[in-house]
Amino acid sequence: MTQQSTFMITAVIRSDQLTNLQRLLRSMNQAPGFANPRNRLLPYWQMQQLHVARFTILQANTNDDIRDYGVEPSDWPPTLCFIGDVDGAADLFLAELVIRAEPGLREIFSHCEDFESDCDNLLQWLHDHSRKPSANYINWRGRTVLQAREEQALSVALRARLNDLQQLQGDLRPRQLRRQLQAFVTEEIAARRLRLSDPLPAPAGWHLRNLINLVGVPLALLLLAPLMLLASPFYFARLRQLEESDPENTQRPERSHLQALVEQEDIDVSNHFNVFGQVKPGRLRLFTIKMGLLLLDYTSRHIYKRGYLTRVQTIHFARWVLLDNNRRVYFASNYDGSADSYMDDFINKVAWGLNLVFSNGVGYPRTRWLLKGGAEYEQKYKRTLRRNQLPSESWYKAYPGLTAYDLARNSRIRAGLEAPDPSDSEIRSWLALL
Amino acid sequence: MTKTTDIDYEDIQGLVRFGHGQLSASAFLLLKIADLEAARRWLNSAAITSATESTPAPQSALQVAFTAPGLRALGLAEDLVEQLSDEFVSGLGGDTNRSRRLGDTGSNAPQHWRWGGSAETTPHLLLMVYADPTRLDSLLTSIREPQFEQAFTQLAELVSRHNGPREPFGFVDGISQPLIDWQQQVSTDLHQRDRYSNRLALGEVLLGYRNEYGLYTERPLLNPLDVDRDDALPDAEDQPQLLDLGRNGTYLVLRQLAQDVRGFWQFVDDQAGADPQQREQIAAAMVGRQRDGTPLIAAAGEAIDGSEPSDRQNHFTYARDPHGHGCPIGAHVRRANPRSGDFPVGVDNWLSRLVRTLGFGRRHHGDDLVASSRFHRLLRRGRIYGVELTPEQALQAAADDSEERGLHFICLGANISRQFEFVQNAWCASSKFAGLPSESDPLLGNREPLLNAAPTDHFSIPRAGAPARCIQGLPQFVRVVGGAYFFMPGIKALRFITR
Repeated sequence: MTQQSTFMITAVIRSDQLTNLQRLLRSMNQAPGFANPRNRLLPYWQMQQLHVARFTILQANTNDDIRDYGVEPSDWPPTLCFIGDVDGAADLFLAELVIRAEPGLREIFSHCEDFESDCDNLLQWLHDHSRKPSANYINWRGRTVLQAREEQALSVALRARLNDLQQLQGDLRPRQLRRQLQAFVTEEIAARRLRLSDPLPAPAGWHLRNLINLVGVPLALLLLAPLMLLASPFYFARLRQLEESDPENTQRPERSHLQALVEQEDIDVSNHFNVFGQVKPGRLRLFTIKMGLLLLDYTSRHIYKRGYLTRVQTIHFARWVLLDNNRRVYFASNYDGSADSYMDDFINKVAWGLNLVFSNGVGYPRTRWLLKGGAEYEQKYKRTLRRNQLPSESWYKAYPGLTAYDLARNSRIRAGLEAPDPSDSEIRSWLALL
Repeated sequence: MTKTTDIDYEDIQGLVRFGHGQLSASAFLLLKIADLEAARRWLNSAAITSATESTPAPQSALQVAFTAPGLRALGLAEDLVEQLSDEFVSGLGGDTNRSRRLGDTGSNAPQHWRWGGSAETTPHLLLMVYADPTRLDSLLTSIREPQFEQAFTQLAELVSRHNGPREPFGFVDGISQPLIDWQQQVSTDLHQRDRYSNRLALGEVLLGYRNEYGLYTERPLLNPLDVDRDDALPDAEDQPQLLDLGRNGTYLVLRQLAQDVRGFWQFVDDQAGADPQQREQIAAAMVGRQRDGTPLIAAAGEAIDGSEPSDRQNHFTYARDPHGHGCPIGAHVRRANPRSGDFPVGVDNWLSRLVRTLGFGRRHHGDDLVASSRFHRLLRRGRIYGVELTPEQALQAAADDSEERGLHFICLGANISRQFEFVQNAWCASSKFAGLPSESDPLLGNREPLLNAAPTDHFSIPRAGAPARCIQGLPQFVRVVGGAYFFMPGIKALRFITR
């Protein structure tokens, strides 16, 4: 399995440069919020290991909401955020990025406060401004960009070939049909019209870290279990108290704000989502969100790594990042379908999961026992989410037109093609995929 | 759940409860207000048909609904207009982002519409006149007396001379309709409705009642102190200190859809190699029903709440046809109502529910990809227009036939975005419905390619034990030529708005 990583670079924008920077970032786009892979600044099309990337300006539009809790909001200057998900190690990717796009990166980051034009080591600067996510989700661990593209080409070629065969010869017996398709693919590969690369193995160190995480997290929780059990009555008593008293903020988002969001939605079959909000004050809420994110990160890494996050099958990549000394949380995701169907999917399928994490955010609709209520208040939830949502300045996805489910089906098509000794019924289900 | 007050049918416009099917002719007048005072007077005294039952059935019916510009033109306070839904306020044709989402692009784009595509061609109100075909014209004449002519100017008149059970392509239509839970007896608890049910919470159709989430959809509420007469409006059920301008009202979506009947049957005939039996089969696969309305799926063995086992045309789900061998996944009626429950098939106790909630136990690839139907139901009230053309006639070499035919598609619902827009976007227009690789609705699709240039103009008919039959190169059969979002108020609210 190939190792995958994320990167996130953040830097405060110079106070007089916000609009200039926005204009520059939008110049990368071919449609609102949608990057042209061959833009002048970052040649995404050359970066064969980059799945998704985006520039977002993190602005605290809802900063004053925390006053409802009797807390003075902290300062948050508009901050440029550049994130992406890559195959291989993030360090390697950033190094390559600097080689390929140093002038473009310099042009972008020169709008930021502590970027000096004479900064002689851009890579070091990027590392110094990197942030690690608290939780990270990958739809299919180990599926590379290369694989996604090769398998899509394979599926398209197979479908066309199958169509031709049926036109020419009518219905063939499944086994015979598969043999003909296999022969066709072998020819195509020999003629270099198709490629089916083998996955690159991850380095030993990555496997070791994964193993340590797999065992270490439950072990630590087990060791702490007696303590947590003792503390739980106090925890839940206080939690219920907060749940009853925490103010909601379900104001309608400004229409101009909504317009800025929908303007960049549904251009591709996938969309991008940014939510930037504040964590409710108090240690209990911080503890709860940290535990929630730990659980999310652990299950994403070890359990939900094959096409679904609980019942939701439409997320390509997602991450949760605590910022500003844990006072704020940033959520970014790449998902299939429209924003409304995404929100409905969450409300109807995993309201409990949303509540676990997001109910620790300022303004969230009232929950009961951490899991109930909250997102189940459909319209309040949608308002809260939309209010705290931010547009991306420029978003890139390596395989437009394809959903996470498409990518999974393509992998199954390839697996069926390469299966050593399939039964008749396996062959029939394989053909049905085409 | 709490006991709700009795239903005041007097206050509900009749179209919500009845389709006025026995009045088979209709005229939908799209009007602009020319003289405000005259318009108020006319509307305030208009005999709007209510939802009370009467025997014998009435000889005619009159309903009225308003666009957001129409409510403003009538002088409804801006803060009340703003409390209606965002979709309604911005309008069907008024936002390119909405058009993109709904597939109203290319030749479907609002800029080509006859009405509703711009501020000038968007009506203020919709007046719906229903009558017996022999009486429609005289009724319209009696409506258009001088006061009416002074009050309104007419943008368009959408007339249906006959309304049989079949839509223009020749298929019996309007079969799948939710059974409205007028008595509000069914629990809307999110955790008690695992399976598909055809019974729909009243609040999904009317504002002011509990919806399928057990919640009240947002709507304009007023302080009684701001109203001159306190009996003018009903109380808000969830906030009794306030008056409810939305109660007993609903949103109405009207889209004029031109159908290329000749194009449809000639394409299908071509695919069938002119074999009549195959032609019927392919057409039925695309629609998801036979021409007489018979579903392609065997009747459900188990009970479906809100549907009688004797109702052969409705008593089925796709639960036992996960791969589309009976009815193709992409068939029009399967997209428009996938008959899915909150959980996929096989959840019948707390353990299986827990397993599925955590995302495990999927029975096959593609399981659990489709959202639960009950949050996305449409109450359809459409009418067909144009001269009938049977499939047999459609196949004959075209005599010069420039007459347009199609559907005045109408649906009612309390939440435009979660109901009409969701169904149109995620289920019909989407080329990825239920995990399909890339094909749009075989009837409604606009056939525009995806961003990676993948075509969407095909339709696959899955077959057991063989590769799917893939029909390529579908032309566009249905074109949107007009449309708008309306608010159809309760009758007290209508009096309030036009007072």
